[in-house]
Amino acid sequence: MRSDRLDEAPGQDLPRLSVPPVLEVDGLTVDFPSPHGGKRVVDGISYSIARGRTLGVVGESGCGKSMTALALLGLVPSSGRMTGRITLNGRSLSDLSAKDWPDVRGQRIALVFQEPMTALNPAMRIGDQIAEVLTIHEGLRKTEARERAIEQLRLVGIPSAAERAKAYPHQLSGGMRQRAVIAMALACRPDVLIADEPTTALDVTIQAQILELMQQLQDEIGMAVQFISHNLAVVSEIADDVIVMYAGQIVERASSADLFAEPLHPYTQGLIETLPEIGRAQDELPVIAGTVPSHYHDIPGCRFAGRCPKADASCRAVAPALRPVRLGREVACHKVS
Amino acid sequence: MTLYLLRRLFGMALVLLAMSFVVYGLIGLMPGDPIDLMVMSNPGMTAADADRLRALHGLDQPLIIRYWRWLTAALSGDFGFSRVYARPTLEIIGPALWQTTKLVSLTLVIGSLLSVLLGVAAAIRPRGKFDTIVSFFSFAGISLPTFWLALILILVFAVRLGWLPASGMGPSDPSSLWDSLRYLVLPVSTLVIANVGGLTRFARSSMIETLRMDFIRTARAKGARSARVVWRHALPNALTSVVTIIGLNFGTLLSGALVTETMFAQRGLGKTIYDAVLGNDFNLALVALLFATFATLLGNLLADLAYAWLDPRVSVT
Repeated sequence: MRSDRLDEAPGQDLPRLSVPPVLEVDGLTVDFPSPHGGKRVVDGISYSIARGRTLGVVGESGCGKSMTALALLGLVPSSGRMTGRITLNGRSLSDLSAKDWPDVRGQRIALVFQEPMTALNPAMRIGDQIAEVLTIHEGLRKTEARERAIEQLRLVGIPSAAERAKAYPHQLSGGMRQRAVIAMALACRPDVLIADEPTTALDVTIQAQILELMQQLQDEIGMAVQFISHNLAVVSEIADDVIVMYAGQIVERASSADLFAEPLHPYTQGLIETLPEIGRAQDELPVIAGTVPSHYHDIPGCRFAGRCPKADASCRAVAPALRPVRLGREVACHKVS
Repeated sequence: MTLYLLRRLFGMALVLLAMSFVVYGLIGLMPGDPIDLMVMSNPGMTAADADRLRALHGLDQPLIIRYWRWLTAALSGDFGFSRVYARPTLEIIGPALWQTTKLVSLTLVIGSLLSVLLGVAAAIRPRGKFDTIVSFFSFAGISLPTFWLALILILVFAVRLGWLPASGMGPSDPSSLWDSLRYLVLPVSTLVIANVGGLTRFARSSMIETLRMDFIRTARAKGARSARVVWRHALPNALTSVVTIIGLNFGTLLSGALVTETMFAQRGLGKTIYDAVLGNDFNLALVALLFATFATLLGNLLADLAYAWLDPRVSVT
């Protein structure tokens, strides 16, 4: 899939050809079947991330971003069904049995969740929660794991780490908790870190600190990062490449610089326009009218057509495929030539 | 912690004091007193005799003064005599309390372990096969009347199979541990079956709620296997609300095992209170009720301490 695209647009990813992707996702689909027709939350998305690179995944709430993250860890709820291929370092994960998945989670692919307030076990000491990852995956004894947990807390910049390790989550501030969650996720030096809105619940100064910390740790560990966010400003800062998701599908793919300099898909354009600018007096913030349709898999044409200013009859009739339009850029829109 | 305990114990003393006043007052408002009972059973007594006896026992005094006298005596350790047994009340209540404590503590330990195990196992797959079976038996346990359950157990295990004694508390000098325990098997089983259903439902719903929380997803994302997620992460958090219910059950069971105690001829606290009230044994009823109150308060205190121990966000200061 990936190589096909490279043939079509030769040279687009030359620097990446030398580094094989750590994570490859091909045709990932997540269905929630039900007697009343069910719901396809993620609809055949494909992408890859190379070592040390950051892929931003943007889109509104309910467009399938978070479900994609859960699918990468084999954590799709039991009522859902996942198809497609996930390959990590050349090894296919999609046909792992329920018994083998836990060896990958937290060890090769780690996850940082949105809510540091609720993501930690309230009845367990911070240090023990980090040490647990190491006892599970590296078979460390309790005392060793505790030592490593304290080191890990130091690594993410938590002062007096040895004492903090003994604290319970409610005794730490939001920013400290998110640092602890990151320390936990990175304890086994994973190949891929999935960050699902990791800074959304934090205030702006803490946000900047956490982002800086993540970038610094990425440089040290060299992991690939999939950064999920609806915050375009944050994504523009941290991501190398960006995919824009709408209604379970990828509608645009580009390097971060290209995407923000010249968004091609009307949805991306809309998203970027909604960003408020400091110093620009506005009576009304621009918005994209409407919301993500809830039963989007039933829509025959373009799923964005209902909200798109450029949509015409053909948009509503035929679904646009994701196709390369310029060097290194892909977009799913009939109106982009 | 010490300060907290002192404050709680002080609070408990106040509640007991208020309770003693209320119960004493209620008994005092009841028609008839011990002297009336004596007159009824002894036709030779005259009204003048009765008045003299009343004056002798201080029963001609106003209620508040009688209460004050009782209270000062009680605070110096004199809880009065039982009218029916003609022995100090504490001598009657002591063995009854011990009997009930054995019954209730065994019930609580077995019942709590059983309902937590069943509740957790049922919560792992809500509406699964196991959950359906557990739910069925839970509702059956909640719905069955205790006396009927006790009768069936006696019929099957004591009468038909002859494995266990039908009733009684065993010999006063048991030759072995089993010799005294076997008298407890049927009453404890009755109480466990009657109480485990509700507690299982509670443990189940608390566990289902906990398993939906974000930190459970974090634990899975860490690579923790199901057993670890359930026992190490979910259970301690789910237990906080379960121990509260167990603590509340403690007091109810201690004074409320009346039916079971009656069915199995166990002279426990519930039976003692019941008999004392019916037999106009005022002193005994009063003191036994105060012990039951104390047990309820103690159960609440223990539940709060366990809650704080399980949930680090709750501190007892």
